[in-house]
Amino acid sequence: MTEEVVTFHRQSKNTLRVLIKGDWNISFGLQNPERFFAHIKSNPETSHVELDASQLGAWDSSLISYVVALNALSKEHHLKIDITQMPEGIVRLVALAEAVPEREGVAKRRAESTFVDNLGSGVINATSQLMAFITFFGETLLSFARLAKGKAVFRRQDLFIFLQDNGPSSLAIVTLISVLMGMILAFVGAVQLQQFGASIYVASLVGLAMAREMAAMMTAIIMSGRTGAAYAAQLGSMQVNEEVDALKTMGVSPIDFLVLPRTLALVLMMPLLTIYANVMGVLGGALVSIAMLDLSWAMYIEQMISTVPLKHFMIGLFKSFIFGILVALSGCYMGMNSGRSASAVGQATTNAVVLGIVLIIVFDSLVTIVTTLLGV
Amino acid sequence: MTQTEAKSQPHIRVRNLTLKYGDKLIQKDLNFDINRNDIFIIMGGSGCGKSTLLKHMIGLYQPAEGQILVNDTSLWTETEEHRQKMMRGFGVTYQAGAMISSLTLSENVGMPLELYTKLQPKEINELASLKLSMVGLAGFENYYPSEISGGMLKRAALARAIALDPEILFFDEPSAGLDPVSARLLDDLILELRDSMKATIVIVTHELASIFSIGSNSVFLDAETKTMLTTGNPNELLTNCCDDKVQRFLRRGEMGKSDMARSKVGVEI
Repeated sequence: MTEEVVTFHRQSKNTLRVLIKGDWNISFGLQNPERFFAHIKSNPETSHVELDASQLGAWDSSLISYVVALNALSKEHHLKIDITQMPEGIVRLVALAEAVPEREGVAKRRAESTFVDNLGSGVINATSQLMAFITFFGETLLSFARLAKGKAVFRRQDLFIFLQDNGPSSLAIVTLISVLMGMILAFVGAVQLQQFGASIYVASLVGLAMAREMAAMMTAIIMSGRTGAAYAAQLGSMQVNEEVDALKTMGVSPIDFLVLPRTLALVLMMPLLTIYANVMGVLGGALVSIAMLDLSWAMYIEQMISTVPLKHFMIGLFKSFIFGILVALSGCYMGMNSGRSASAVGQATTNAVVLGIVLIIVFDSLVTIVTTLLGV
Repeated sequence: MTQTEAKSQPHIRVRNLTLKYGDKLIQKDLNFDINRNDIFIIMGGSGCGKSTLLKHMIGLYQPAEGQILVNDTSLWTETEEHRQKMMRGFGVTYQAGAMISSLTLSENVGMPLELYTKLQPKEINELASLKLSMVGLAGFENYYPSEISGGMLKRAALARAIALDPEILFFDEPSAGLDPVSARLLDDLILELRDSMKATIVIVTHELASIFSIGSNSVFLDAETKTMLTTGNPNELLTNCCDDKVQRFLRRGEMGKSDMARSKVGVEI
């Protein structure tokens, strides 16, 4: 752009002629109306503005934008502006752009928010989220009550599909993680215990850690990433498609129909998966013990049975049951409360996994504190 | 805007076009011309492949056979880069709006400008506001697509389609789901844009009111024979075309006396 595409000529004392020349293309950038503004500012007597397009070449939106800006400025300074000499297309497009004025109060300003604002709205948000989650938990409990009375409406096939998906289909990943977990525990224990000639206690270490903590927690975290996320995504996209509304219209409670079978399936499968994870973890520990420490299978098992009482296993199992509820609830809650857009579903899925894992760890800590205080 | 080019030349030419999804034949032997400044209607019963044809014309899918020539250049014989460049001259609106839900209207409209021009962010915002005001959405810059009504969403999609001042505008069911008054206003807007931007317009629709009021040329696709039955101005087709299916379509299934019996069977609109 070597040449000026806009020049200003004073026709008479009170008339300013704006000569628009050459090619206008948005790839050249937009013209700033500041020079026009300077001209009318420097000549306060100006009352008429004329736009002359006699030397105009090709044009596009960049020119429309400029003309609209001149129009607005002229109106602001009570000048009469004449654009009728412009090509017809421009006149019509400008008219179109100005045809529907901005409605009062419709514009949303993005408010500047201070730290205090953010803190306040954060607290309000967190409180309402918590209340909503508690409400959701209550509704799910009522739904289980209806299930117990045989009044809950949901499809039995759904339940079996979820059972299949949460149980057998998850075995591969649970196997892999649990075996590796057992091996890591055995390895870490072996390095330390070997120094005291107490290698045999590796069996106790692996058994205790798996039974009481790791099997339940690792399974729950896997299921949170696998199933909790899937629940949130499924229910979220059903929200987007108005399927949840359709269910309500058919007189079906979405909680009974969608949340109940999902939660039930996970609560039933999580303890089973945890038992399986225990076995696999112990197996992983045994592999390391036998390979590194010259223990025999018999010694390993014998040691484990004699030093790890059943109560640790029961505590682990109890936790896995609660973890199942927590993961299913956070997945379903986030899905049911998802916004109605593609990005909202993604957000809901992320939130479901984060909330699930936080709840798992928090609950696990609580159980540890309580059992320690009680001396269990 | 290339007003200087020869106006007598057809803007888009479709030659022996065959459309397939995998092995499934959708339409075959399509031949028609779209002139500059036409409002070209693609019509036909549900499921006959109207949207599929549109998606081939905008270069989204490659045709199984035949050519689509825009300004005498085939979409698919040139390099990928050249096709991308040609596609930038098209503005498209999709059936459900297809606005990116995580972006505000202003960001949605500004996105093509951001991608394909070197404009400053402030200039992009300015142009996006201009386009939104052209479709009657002044002041809605900071709204998200989920916060506005269906009719407004269609208008916003139109604003995005005209962001780069396209030569050809494609609409997939622009007035579907709109009340008659909004549909009429949208038709008027399309006409106004055609006249002022000197654009060529291709519309997929089965709204008879729109077809007759704004269509200047059309093609009729048939689902059974899997080919086009006729092409021409819809108003002339109404009086001149003697094909039963076309007549039944254009008259909402209401035929002359002699055809009454036949029209009761298998009316599909």
